Amino acid sequence: MSQQPGAFMGFVHGRRRGAELFLLVLALAVGVGAYAAVGLGVEGQVPAGIVAYGGWLAGLIIAAHIVVRVVAPYADPVLLPVVAALNGLGLAVIHRLDLAYEAADRKADFAQQQLTWMTLGLVLFLGTLLVLRDHRTLQRFTYTFGLGAIVLLLLPLVPGLGTTINGARIWINVGPFSFQPGEVAKVLLVVAFAGYLVQHRDALALAGRRVLFIDLPRGRDLGPILAMWLVSLGVLVFQRDLGSSLLFFGLFLVMLYVATERPGWLVVGGALFALGAFLGYLRFGHVQTRVDIWLDPMAYYDDSPGSGQIVESLFGMGWGGLVGRGFGGGSPQRIPYAESDFIIGAIGEELGLTGVIAVILLYGIIVERALRTALVCRDGFGKLVAVGLASVIALQVFVVIGGVTRLIPLTGLTTPFLSYGGSSLVATWVIVALLLRVSDQARRPVPVLGQDDADADSETTQVVRL
Amino acid sequence: MNKPIRTISIFCLLLFLALMVNATYLQYVASGDLNDNPRNRRIIEAAFSRERGAILVGRDPIAESVPSDDRYDVQRVYPQPLKYAPVTGAFSYFSQTGIERSQNAVLSGDDDRLFVTRLVDLVGNAEPKGGSVQLTIDGAAQTAAYDGLSGLGADVEGAVVALEPATGKILAMVSTPSYDPNQLAAHDLDEVVQASRRLEDDEAEPLINRTIQTTLPPGSTMKLVTAAAVLEDGNYATGDALVPGGDTYQLPLTSDENGLIDNGGRDCGTKKITLTQALANSCNTSFLALADEIGIEKLKAQADAFGFNSDYLEDLPLQAESRFPGDLDRPQTAMSGIGQSEVAATPLQMAMVGAGIANGGIVMRPYIVDEVTSPEVEVLDKTEPSELSKAMEPATAAELTRMMVATVTSGTATSAQIPGLEVAGKTGTAQSTPSRPPYAWFVSFAPAIDPQVAVCVLVQASSTPREDIGGNFLGAPIAKSVMEAVLR
Repeated sequence: MSQQPGAFMGFVHGRRRGAELFLLVLALAVGVGAYAAVGLGVEGQVPAGIVAYGGWLAGLIIAAHIVVRVVAPYADPVLLPVVAALNGLGLAVIHRLDLAYEAADRKADFAQQQLTWMTLGLVLFLGTLLVLRDHRTLQRFTYTFGLGAIVLLLLPLVPGLGTTINGARIWINVGPFSFQPGEVAKVLLVVAFAGYLVQHRDALALAGRRVLFIDLPRGRDLGPILAMWLVSLGVLVFQRDLGSSLLFFGLFLVMLYVATERPGWLVVGGALFALGAFLGYLRFGHVQTRVDIWLDPMAYYDDSPGSGQIVESLFGMGWGGLVGRGFGGGSPQRIPYAESDFIIGAIGEELGLTGVIAVILLYGIIVERALRTALVCRDGFGKLVAVGLASVIALQVFVVIGGVTRLIPLTGLTTPFLSYGGSSLVATWVIVALLLRVSDQARRPVPVLGQDDADADSETTQVVRL
Repeated sequence: MNKPIRTISIFCLLLFLALMVNATYLQYVASGDLNDNPRNRRIIEAAFSRERGAILVGRDPIAESVPSDDRYDVQRVYPQPLKYAPVTGAFSYFSQTGIERSQNAVLSGDDDRLFVTRLVDLVGNAEPKGGSVQLTIDGAAQTAAYDGLSGLGADVEGAVVALEPATGKILAMVSTPSYDPNQLAAHDLDEVVQASRRLEDDEAEPLINRTIQTTLPPGSTMKLVTAAAVLEDGNYATGDALVPGGDTYQLPLTSDENGLIDNGGRDCGTKKITLTQALANSCNTSFLALADEIGIEKLKAQADAFGFNSDYLEDLPLQAESRFPGDLDRPQTAMSGIGQSEVAATPLQMAMVGAGIANGGIVMRPYIVDEVTSPEVEVLDKTEPSELSKAMEPATAAELTRMMVATVTSGTATSAQIPGLEVAGKTGTAQSTPSRPPYAWFVSFAPAIDPQVAVCVLVQASSTPREDIGGNFLGAPIAKSVMEAVLR
């Protein structure tokens, strides 16, 4: 196939850590620069704590970079900088919202908390990278993770532990903090699915019966994974978390399709989804409300709960126009929950279409790097994990930004890295750690095995490190 | 597994492409509509702190922004509040009305015509300012109209509209009772809410612009439309043609007292009288017969040609359509010929009737915004007069003018006479309900040769005793003072 030593698919990946450092400096510039811009725009001066803030961010990023250099030297160089840039931008926008809330005498400490969560996320990121040296060890925990995911999803339903916030029962209270176990369940489920599918992919793809014109896999192969999936879906629907249901459904479909290489799954899945959405619309009042609001938001502006949130966000984004009003030039605090669900609305208002496209492209880059890792990865489990995590991010971003910009009805998901929300942030940093681990494995040069020659028998046994 | 991974990549690409296209649509294509949505507070917040352009009558501002030293750096001020409130509307934190609303894009500086100004401001880092709006209003005419109407009493409900027949310019637009827009433009929002509520709850409805928003039966002023239809139709060629007369008229398809209409004591001959006399003495009997003879279709066509049943005023919001239905039975048709039954007109519409006759049969589109200027008083746009429709032949218009002059000289409209000029006019006293006093209307234009101004006066309610209410008593003196103000 190729003559280069260590080549796989005709290309040898370098360590590229220097490139990553350069990009990280740019990402830091984005994060600190945005913070300074917020101060300048809103208060007319660079914020007082910028040195401390910049120093803290730089410290976190340097620590991450050093650990990646040591334990995952061949990892993808673009992922960490993009994630850091998004995180920094999110912090700056949340800080801007804090200032606006203070001016309107509302509680305003989100930026500080988000920074704390980000630190925690990075700690877990480092921990994952340090503890998990080979992603294939996760294959052993397939069923454990699956069960754990279901338990985590069920936790909010436990009376006394779970609370209903805004109609959805997805939160639990741990001391003074509220935590969304669904976010962690997402990651565990990807790993569980990947593990199961990689073991049974041949059976799923080949062994089966022909029903009508469709080849269906055997019950014993499809059963456990179908059970895992249906239980998670059922729990989510029961908890009224439509966004996550959508996400899990899509995730399952994508991974099944990739594992079995049968496009029929996409067709069947698409049909099932349409059927489910239609039934959901007929059966559930809150689904109907969402769709009605999506179709005609202006009509429900004065209702409560009505479309006030999406309408204000649309107004804000329209007001932002092409280049935005600049930090401090708009009124993003008019949008309810601008710091979490609707942060894209705030970005659209103050950074304009330019900012929104930039953010969408950054997410696109993350998904692209993850998919590239999947392509290059040499083992089935790693491929599936990477594809699964990529589709989690892609679907989540599509559902959130699509809902905020009225492409699809609104659901309750958060924008990864940008939104204020500890559980989401922490879980997504773990996702990044997993992706870096898989990409490190994928991009390592293939070990060069010795040449066959007459003296083969007399050669000492080669120790090969994969 | 690589092939499906590549397929998934394409799918993800499509998802993100959809997001980007939708975001572009939202923030670029649809942003204009979103900004125009009346619920959008961002525009107001920005506009409230920006120096807004002035609304000018002649060289005097009737609405302008002056510096203020509170949270919002500018304050909207209305120097002559009660006189001009129906025209300017009010620029309040919660809503805008009148010119403040319809010309908001120019006044706030967002209009496309102010693009260069905005660019210069952006580069020079100056505060963006709004453009100014020059109105067609004649200050003297407006003052005469306001003084005349408010001179009738403290609680008078009425309207005066004056048009320039050759162009359609609105020279005066007064509506009483009026209100003080300064109260609504204040920065103390609690006070604004209270004042707003007070005005909305007021039964006399001071917030509406009666010239364009109130439709009422025009009464005998409608006989101008009926006469025009009759003259155009051809059976009666001039004012000397003989038409049915008499003291009473029994409505077709009726036989009781309710269907017997009289002339209120005016001299309408016995069997036949001239058309001129019928109009000059405002003979119900003649015009009921004529309306029945010509039929509803031709009457409606004539009314539509004057502007009934349509929208024509682009410069102010909420213009009501004047109604002339086309599906009436014979007695109703007859009654609509004298401006009762289902007919309802705004004062602007009746002024357009007068202006159409004055302008040789061509009805011009009424407008109130004359010029749009930049903050540096550079003219950015000037409205050109445009024809709305042709209501009659010039010969018919000349004939009708002669008849209206006779009405003022020797008929029911003598209070509108101006020494040294020929004035054309028509009175109207429209019945509403037995418990309510009638509405007094007056339509006129002057001079009869080469008319410069056409006026319509409506007095909807006043403290005048019922037996004195009439177009000549209440409306004609006001119309006269307005016409004099314009002609001086």
